[in-house]
Amino acid sequence: MVSEITPDLVRHLGVLARIQLSDEEVERLTGQLDAIVDNIAKVSEVATPDVAATSHPIPLENVFRPDVPGDLLTPAQVLQNAPDAADGRFRVTAILGEEQ
Amino acid sequence: MAKDKLLDFDKALELFEPVLGFEVHVELNTETKMFSAAANPANSANHDAGPNTLVAPVDMGLPGALPVVNETAVRYSISLGLALGCSIAPSSRFARKNYFYPDLGKNYQISQYDEPIAFEGSVDIELADGEIVTVPIERAHMEEDAGKLTHVGGSTGRIQGAEYSLVDYNRAGVPLVEIVTKPIFGAEHRAPEIAKAYVATIRDIVLSLGISEARMERGNLRCDANVSLRPRGQEKLGTRTETKNVNSMRSVERAVRYEIQRQAAILAAGGTITQETRHWHEDTGTTSPGRPKSDADDYRYFPEPDLLPVAPPLELIEELRAALPEPPAARRRRLKTEWGFTDLEFQDAANSGILPEIAATVAAGASPASARKWWTGEIARIAKVQGREATELATPADVAALQALVDAGTLTDKLARQVLEGVIGGEGSPQEVVDARGLAVVSDDGALIAAIDEALASQPDVLAKIRDGKVQAAGAVIGAVMKAMKGQADAARVRELVLERASANDA
Amino acid sequence: MTDLTKLSAAALADKLAAGEVSSVEATQAHLDRIAAVDGDVHAFLHVNEHALDVASDIDRRRAAGDDLGPLAGVPLAIKDVLVTTDMPSTSGSKILEGYMSPYDATVVARSRAAGLVPLGKTNMDEFAMGSSTEHSAYGPTRNPWDLTRIPGGSGGGSAAAVAAFEAPLALGSDTGGSIRQPAHVTGTVGIKPTYGGVSRYGAIALASSLDQVGPVTRTVLDAGLLHDVIGGHDPHDSTSLAHDWPSFAGAAREGATGQVLQGLKVGVIRELPDTGFQAGVSESFRAALAAMEAQGAEIVEISAPHFEYGVAAYYLILPAEASSNLAKFDSVRFGLRVDVPGGTVEDVMAKTRDAGFGDEVKRRIILGTYALSAGYYDAYYGSAQKVRTLIQRDFADAFAQVDVIATPSAPTTAFRLGEKIDDPLQMYLNDVTTIPANLAGVPGISIPSGLAPEDGLPVGIQFLAPAHEDARLYRVGAALEALLVDSWGGPLLDRAPALRQAQGPTGGVR
Repeated sequence: MVSEITPDLVRHLGVLARIQLSDEEVERLTGQLDAIVDNIAKVSEVATPDVAATSHPIPLENVFRPDVPGDLLTPAQVLQNAPDAADGRFRVTAILGEEQ
Repeated sequence: MAKDKLLDFDKALELFEPVLGFEVHVELNTETKMFSAAANPANSANHDAGPNTLVAPVDMGLPGALPVVNETAVRYSISLGLALGCSIAPSSRFARKNYFYPDLGKNYQISQYDEPIAFEGSVDIELADGEIVTVPIERAHMEEDAGKLTHVGGSTGRIQGAEYSLVDYNRAGVPLVEIVTKPIFGAEHRAPEIAKAYVATIRDIVLSLGISEARMERGNLRCDANVSLRPRGQEKLGTRTETKNVNSMRSVERAVRYEIQRQAAILAAGGTITQETRHWHEDTGTTSPGRPKSDADDYRYFPEPDLLPVAPPLELIEELRAALPEPPAARRRRLKTEWGFTDLEFQDAANSGILPEIAATVAAGASPASARKWWTGEIARIAKVQGREATELATPADVAALQALVDAGTLTDKLARQVLEGVIGGEGSPQEVVDARGLAVVSDDGALIAAIDEALASQPDVLAKIRDGKVQAAGAVIGAVMKAMKGQADAARVRELVLERASANDA
Repeated sequence: MTDLTKLSAAALADKLAAGEVSSVEATQAHLDRIAAVDGDVHAFLHVNEHALDVASDIDRRRAAGDDLGPLAGVPLAIKDVLVTTDMPSTSGSKILEGYMSPYDATVVARSRAAGLVPLGKTNMDEFAMGSSTEHSAYGPTRNPWDLTRIPGGSGGGSAAAVAAFEAPLALGSDTGGSIRQPAHVTGTVGIKPTYGGVSRYGAIALASSLDQVGPVTRTVLDAGLLHDVIGGHDPHDSTSLAHDWPSFAGAAREGATGQVLQGLKVGVIRELPDTGFQAGVSESFRAALAAMEAQGAEIVEISAPHFEYGVAAYYLILPAEASSNLAKFDSVRFGLRVDVPGGTVEDVMAKTRDAGFGDEVKRRIILGTYALSAGYYDAYYGSAQKVRTLIQRDFADAFAQVDVIATPSAPTTAFRLGEKIDDPLQMYLNDVTTIPANLAGVPGISIPSGLAPEDGLPVGIQFLAPAHEDARLYRVGAALEALLVDSWGGPLLDRAPALRQAQGPTGGVR
């Protein structure tokens, strides 16, 4: 798969990642990422269909905890680093999107 | 904004075939959350907690915090999958659904993507006339709920026009099971009804499993309705819309009906349907557009690296399967026989979605007939007037307690209705309302006699008339006494006392 | 009076236990050293103003006859990637400036419970992304061997602190070499445990399937002592192992007696030819191997054909997981908020993240977002996860033939500050020998092997062992360390140039 890192793609990725990139940043990133992706694209050479993917280095399964309360933060702790809060809740400016 | 044009429902069905799909989110009532040990607000014990009082580090995405899976939530999810007739995956994984929103503590939701814990099932739902419809289930998977946003400023309390929003993470991390149906064909005119019956059945199932409080008004059970239309004879499916914010069974029915009519109007006029998420408005009975689906919804799913696969042993699955309560249809047949209702009485109760409430009221000691009388009678009436669900107004325990007071003679039926009003109004339990308002039937004969004397004082000839054989003359005195006692008297006893008086020799 | 800062942690612990020195004295000595040299080295982002109180409390408890652990009273530096309730945790980033965690990382809590005295938080590449600590938002740390050079990364602060005798022990984290490579360039010891061997709870996440927390020290025994404190199962970390670990200090002591090397099979990877590395690095590596052979070890050439894809796979997996792990830094609940008058919360988030993240972080987030996005997943992230499987197989095949694998810990000695900062790809290649262990989850250790003759700078040798065999690394590491230190007539760090000492508050140099 040939990488097509274009400024438009980088801008789109910036939106997905919620980072407001300046034009200068977009241009710089486009060049750097293009070089990097060319280099890393070679993984697909050896990643044939018969090879399973590994997402965990050490195979474990069924790791659970009992349904018992603990770990609760106090409201003061919850809010202790809040950039803005009111009425015991975090405050943010107007939201553009619709509720999920 | 212009009002949507709606095509007449029957006309719409003539031209188009509705295809439905539902995504129901069930909040589990475990003690703690899905991935943290914070107390779970969807468990009624924690329902009233203040904002940000039920938050653990991972719920609010604190740096370094890690999720750990709640074992009970997994068991509940498997049970639900089995009750939906699903196969349970020998191994399933969690996945991250990545998107940014202030109600997400981590800006990703831990969910399941291509490996749900349960898949390929079906649910039989029963309609008003007894017809059974089989709804195919695509999958049921585990995930976590998001926090709650309150929008401040602006006129409607909704996002549009709000000045700022406040975020409470209590709900962030509540265990959810999302149940997704396959497309439902052949609903035809009954589509709205089927929608309602489906939600009622899911509710019934989770209540009988005991895994959720299932109170729709509290968001314990949430339904997104997908509706699309295709012209008669066309094979290709139409564009569908997804309607959210459907917070009651009644709303589900109305929303589906509305969407069919709205989409039909557009299509009949030669227009096209926009694929979008729509928002149901209970007050106006309409849907309005939300954000259109776009590129921005690339969720970049990948397997959750902080969690390990869930591989339920076969013995566990069989243990849970053996512990399943009887399926809703079988249970309904049994209850109908046990309770001795007529078909019509039973359907009436079933359609109102309150069979679980009746069952619980009977379990609390009331007779089936009286339970049905209250739930389909007075409570249903008040619910309609107030525009709320019957289940929001009172609990089965309260209704049983109320009936017990009537059975004991403490209340007349009429008084009981006053007490019920008080209970619904939040004044307390039936006994508390009786005490506070002093509504108990007066059982002290002395007080009754005193009232009778007073009544007779203004109607001296009544006793004479009674002695003459005109027993019905007592009615005037009884009426006067009941009025004086504000209904808090047993009319039959008053009558007895009046007649006793009449047969006694002194005037 | 012995310079307390020159003692190993084990030696200091012995003196503390014997009552020869108090924890207050030991802690004060290190605080003085920090005051004297950290202006130049800049290993610390925050010095613990309560350190002496903690030390005093340990002394009090010792005097009262309380049962204290072997390291009680010994000062400890903590990489700023680990959250602490009493000191800010920034992960080297402006976006977390001043952040105070309401909970301690598990390794920090265990360290406190063992009586270690937190000295401060150490500098690092922002969010642990880097190999030089030049990407710290708070300025670089300098290598105590040569202040114009990098101390390695991402954990350059912890390694420099230990190398400059500002702390006898430090905690670090390693995602692709961030403990082992700084150890190599500073002449110190660093271990990346088996994945899951040490809890990640409270380690600000970079790449969840690669991150591990480990010890940063001057000797193998010190590392073992610290590893014994912090390791083991943690119910807060689902990926932590319930394995019954032996004592690593015990393994180190066992190794130092020297029998371990007899008959030990040491694998050298054909596909990582050290001939391609800096000459002095290769020379030191070969000399260390020769020393082992002289003790009866057998050097075996092995093949690991997929290791050459390791860097590529790593630079797909890491950015992908990191792009998701760093999404939480969005101005809402903690950290930096850059206001946008009249803007939506999305505007505030985007502006904040652009202002709060450095270039390397932004680069990797964008790269990771790309690797995960619709249509690219299979070719990139999906493929990288397959390379992981192949590398695990290579290790499995290798360990069927050898007991440990040896490599130089990095291709070059400490390069100069600024030398590689403008070429990200060049920077990434520093990790070529360390990355495979993170991908496979196997443990690795770096110990000093000598100085490169061309520049007089430290070189480290890395050993890798099968998963769960961390103790083997301690035995082999301690054995080789004993040999080499004996051949040098003293630890390598004895040869580090003396650092200029700033005037203390009393006006005199200590």
